[in-house]
Amino acid sequence: MLQPGLYHILFISTALFFIGVYGFFSRRNLISILMSVELVLNSVNLNFIAFNKYLWADKLDGLFFTIFIIAIAAAEAAVAIAIIINLYRSHHSIDVEEAEQMKY
Amino acid sequence: MLNETYLLLIPLLPLAGFVILGLFGRKYFKKSSGIIGTVLLLISALLALYIAYGYFFEFGKADGVYQKLIPFQYTWLRFGDSMSIDMGALIDPISVMMLVVITFISLMVHIYSLGYMKGEERFSTYYSFLGLFTFSMLGLVMSSNIFQIYIFWELVGISSFLLIGFYYEKPSAVAACKKAFIVTRFADLGFLIGILILSFYAGTLDFNTLIERFTSHSSTEFHLAITSSFLGISALTWGMILVFVGGAGKSAMLPFHIWLPDAMEGPTPVSALIHAATMVVAGVYLVARLFPVFALSTPHALELVAYVGALTALFAAIIACTQTDIKRVLAFSTISQIGYMMFALGVAKYGGEAGLGYTAAMFHLLTHAMFKALLFLGAGSVIHFIHSNEMKDMGGLRKYLPITNITFLIACLSISGIPPFSGFFSKEEILLAASQNNQVIYWIGLFTSGLTAFYMFRLYFSIFWNKTSSSLLEKSHGEGGFAMSFPLILLAIGAAFAGFIPFRDFVTSDGKPLESVFHWQFSILPVLMGLSGFFIAFWMYKKETKLPGKAAALFGGFYKASLQKFYFDEIYLFITHKIIFNLIGKPAAWFDKNVVNGLVNATGNTTQIFSAKIKKIQSGKVQQYAVYFLLATVLMAVLFIYWWK
Repeated sequence: MLQPGLYHILFISTALFFIGVYGFFSRRNLISILMSVELVLNSVNLNFIAFNKYLWADKLDGLFFTIFIIAIAAAEAAVAIAIIINLYRSHHSIDVEEAEQMKY
Repeated sequence: MLNETYLLLIPLLPLAGFVILGLFGRKYFKKSSGIIGTVLLLISALLALYIAYGYFFEFGKADGVYQKLIPFQYTWLRFGDSMSIDMGALIDPISVMMLVVITFISLMVHIYSLGYMKGEERFSTYYSFLGLFTFSMLGLVMSSNIFQIYIFWELVGISSFLLIGFYYEKPSAVAACKKAFIVTRFADLGFLIGILILSFYAGTLDFNTLIERFTSHSSTEFHLAITSSFLGISALTWGMILVFVGGAGKSAMLPFHIWLPDAMEGPTPVSALIHAATMVVAGVYLVARLFPVFALSTPHALELVAYVGALTALFAAIIACTQTDIKRVLAFSTISQIGYMMFALGVAKYGGEAGLGYTAAMFHLLTHAMFKALLFLGAGSVIHFIHSNEMKDMGGLRKYLPITNITFLIACLSISGIPPFSGFFSKEEILLAASQNNQVIYWIGLFTSGLTAFYMFRLYFSIFWNKTSSSLLEKSHGEGGFAMSFPLILLAIGAAFAGFIPFRDFVTSDGKPLESVFHWQFSILPVLMGLSGFFIAFWMYKKETKLPGKAAALFGGFYKASLQKFYFDEIYLFITHKIIFNLIGKPAAWFDKNVVNGLVNATGNTTQIFSAKIKKIQSGKVQQYAVYFLLATVLMAVLFIYWWK
């Protein structure tokens, strides 16, 4: 059986990234959009760890950055939830199509 | 010596009158504006007389020749090291004489208007306008610089516009003041081009320097101006002709005379001041001012002046014979007499006995100012009494207006050239000058003087003798008060005795006094013409007869043409409406509305259409924004990876 090499993990992280981006463009529910953003961030984490393990095995830079991203993703999710709650208060819906007033 | 303060005060006092009465008259000086205006002008007149006495008898002469003095000059606008527009005063025989004439006639009009315009609501405005006019005219005659004279020329035009349109609620008055201003402005275009040509070639705008450079035939400026030509006429001649065109407009010479009869819509004292004695002689004054250049360097332009003057004199006299509105008769008479002055200047040469025409023209200017102002003020007195301008409403008024009767008679005798009144002396000199130089003009002048006597006495007899107009006499009130009679008497004294002034001692073409010689044999023919005009008018108009009707029938079509002023107004209206408006005005308006406006509108419309298409990008949908963001990022990544080295 194939040994898992760098390219395999990169393939997965790229696929996850674009799935997340697609989810961001096409979901109507704001929470779903938030989930897609989390997916993107996690795919980037995978990318960092992969490069760290396969290219620079004796260093820990990728690991540190990954932990940073996890923490920041958590904080950002909290802020995003706060924004969604405020939006719900004015629109009484979390459909992103309802929030299109800032137009020409 | 010349007191410069007094000289400056002469025009500044009426200006002060204009400012004070114009700004505060309505509120504070309602009744007293007349007195204020009159007092200011009285001081001005006395100062003018004082300066005139000093100039002619004390300090004007140097070696027996009258000098052109420039007491002060102030550089206003400088165009380089040689040319500048200066504001200065030029004192020489004609300007001093004009100062006296203008202030004296203006003073008479101010006093007369105290009575004539009493009860008028805009009394103070009237006096402020009179002050503005007097200031402008005095500034005009004192100008030392050709551009300064143009400035005051336009000021005089504005004052005339304001005064003619004084009764601005009457549409005919509004039309008349517009016509006066537009016609004279149109002629002033010629004047301006003439100024530009002359100043370009002479390199200066100052009168004395300009005249000096153009009359010394060896100077470079003269040589350049004479040799550069356009359509076969030298540049200098063009400049002088165009300057004369400006003068012809202001003086109502032949093609530009149309505004003067209509200008009679203004109050009668205004007609006396502006259209008899002062503004209309501005053209004559301008030609006299530039006379050395006309006579010594452009004799063809001087010939043009002479013929235009003579033709105008004849033409206006013919029309005056048929008019029925008394002010129109006097207006055409003015046009005719100014024609006399112009052709007198036209036939003169520079220096000595041959320059007699110059002296004669200025002498006639003086006497004409007297008797024409007298005629207009007398007509005002009649109009004030009868409340109508038409001759058919008048007749037999000698019983009711004795002072007006006598003074009007003196003025008519003067204008007809009957000795010993002043008009005889000045007219005889003009005809003498003409006979010595140009026979055709002499005979035109002689025939016109006969016509002049005829129409003036037709006017006199129709107003004061003839029938008795009973209809309007019930509401009559006799002669206007002292304010109206006093100027009449003063002017009548002037019209009667001004002929005895030895004018040749004072005003000549080159400054050297001439011998006063009286040619007895020569005067017989002009006096005969005058007397024959008198007797024909006496025969036809003293008693009510059928003769005028028979004479009109005899001349038939010619009579009708003369009554309609030879259709000049109709021709001009036709040219402007059918030709200028349709061929030039309408296409220009179309171009402006459709092409120029269209371009601007198209720019706006295009922007709007374009923006309507682009603005859909900002849709308010966050996910769309995210797509654009991603696309841009991909694009940038490609750019950076594959192209940027």
